[in-house]
Amino acid sequence: MRWRAYGEHAALLDCASLTQAIAAHAAVSSARPSGIAELVPGARSLLVVETPGSGALAAVRDLLSGADLEHPPDGEPREITLDVTYDGEDLELVAQDAGVSLEDVVRLHTDAVYTVAFTGFAPGFGYLTGLPGPLRQPRLPSPRTRVPPGSVGIAGEFTGVYPRVSPGGWRLIGHTRAVLFDPRADPPALLAPGDRVRFRSAG
Amino acid sequence: MRALEVVETGPLALVQDLGRPGYAHLGVPPSGALDVPALTLANRLAGNDEAAAGIECLFGGLRLRAKTSCTIAVTGPAVAVEVDGHAVGSHAPVWLAEGQVVAIGAPINGLRCYLAVSGGIAADAELGSRSRDVLSEIGPAPLRAGDVLPLGTPPGVARGADVVLPTVAPSELVVPVGPGPRAHWFEGLEAGLAKTWTVTAESNRVGLRLDGTPLAREGDYAEKELPSEGLLIGAIQVPPNGLPVVFLADHPTTGGYPVAAVVRQASLPALAQARPGTLLRFHSSTRVWKR
Repeated sequence: MRWRAYGEHAALLDCASLTQAIAAHAAVSSARPSGIAELVPGARSLLVVETPGSGALAAVRDLLSGADLEHPPDGEPREITLDVTYDGEDLELVAQDAGVSLEDVVRLHTDAVYTVAFTGFAPGFGYLTGLPGPLRQPRLPSPRTRVPPGSVGIAGEFTGVYPRVSPGGWRLIGHTRAVLFDPRADPPALLAPGDRVRFRSAG
Repeated sequence: MRALEVVETGPLALVQDLGRPGYAHLGVPPSGALDVPALTLANRLAGNDEAAAGIECLFGGLRLRAKTSCTIAVTGPAVAVEVDGHAVGSHAPVWLAEGQVVAIGAPINGLRCYLAVSGGIAADAELGSRSRDVLSEIGPAPLRAGDVLPLGTPPGVARGADVVLPTVAPSELVVPVGPGPRAHWFEGLEAGLAKTWTVTAESNRVGLRLDGTPLAREGDYAEKELPSEGLLIGAIQVPPNGLPVVFLADHPTTGGYPVAAVVRQASLPALAQARPGTLLRFHSSTRVWKR
């Protein structure tokens, strides 16, 4: 774990693992020192931006210097269940590469409990960690130019849902009707870092 | 209803205010006017709060008809402003009678002019802001001929100023920078950044894309992949081709290429006005670098 300079009012915490990054985010979110302008978790990092003059960066450094980041704090994360129809275009490819049946892919994906590690790519796009080993598979060799909204995909150590139409290279295994992002809703995004997510097969 | 009607837009005219910071963890860029001092000045001249929504007009060509009497002000680089074909000038409050048409010409240098109108543009806000984010497509759609823009209630009387100078966008910029989180990934970074870079035509509100001598990675980091991490306005990200991108207000909130350095915030307005072809060099003062 190491702090890195990031401009005049921010610093990036380099973490050794995804678990550590999630723990650091959870520790700072639950204490929430005043003067934090943005708190942006990454796959192995946490970016902290302070309101100029607030001293929030120093407060976060103090907070994390004594924290046990190997064991995330016992908070009570929000739990969200998403109903998914497992009919994705790459379902067979995923089953083949995993060496299991289509039903097994669904069972593997729905049995796991995921954590929103970080967001990016598009508003409301959460990178969900907790994917079972056989489903950790590479991206498509060339991305699709148009992935429909609600598509559920997997890539590397992550699974996630495309909030809206966009290009995308994740392997698609299904779709959900849930609204992942609505800029006029409060909160605007269904998934925020730290949330627990389950997928349920909607047949 | 107090309103302005869009007669013509030029290359791109967007509603902008001070943006929607604070949502980066949900993947939402900050957005907002690229040249913040120009927008806040226009608002003060038009008698508004500094945070009111105005129009960010890329390279002129904007014509608006007043559906009701109102006060406008145009700021940014020096630019011709006409009302019903008569020159009125920029950087000063201009009163429009109902039915009059204001036209903004192409700025003589720079890229973006700002038009504020008494009461502000009262388009629907999303996540607390009326800014159009071109990356996420959040906020009011780009203006089109025939649009009718509702205006808010003017909070006060327009104030003049004796002399307000237009922004001057030089053809060569020296931009102070501090180290980024992945500065150690690059070989001879300070010297590399100090060489001359050219702003390319692929630049937009997401970022300035630069051309020049590619930055080289340190041996240990030559093939290294970076797990996605948070990005900020002013971050200088270096993709594998070695050609930096300086992120502006509509930047993605996370990214998987290393950030080598970060522009001092005071330089962001000048970068907002940097035309394609502008030459720039990054200067890393030791004091800043070792901070």
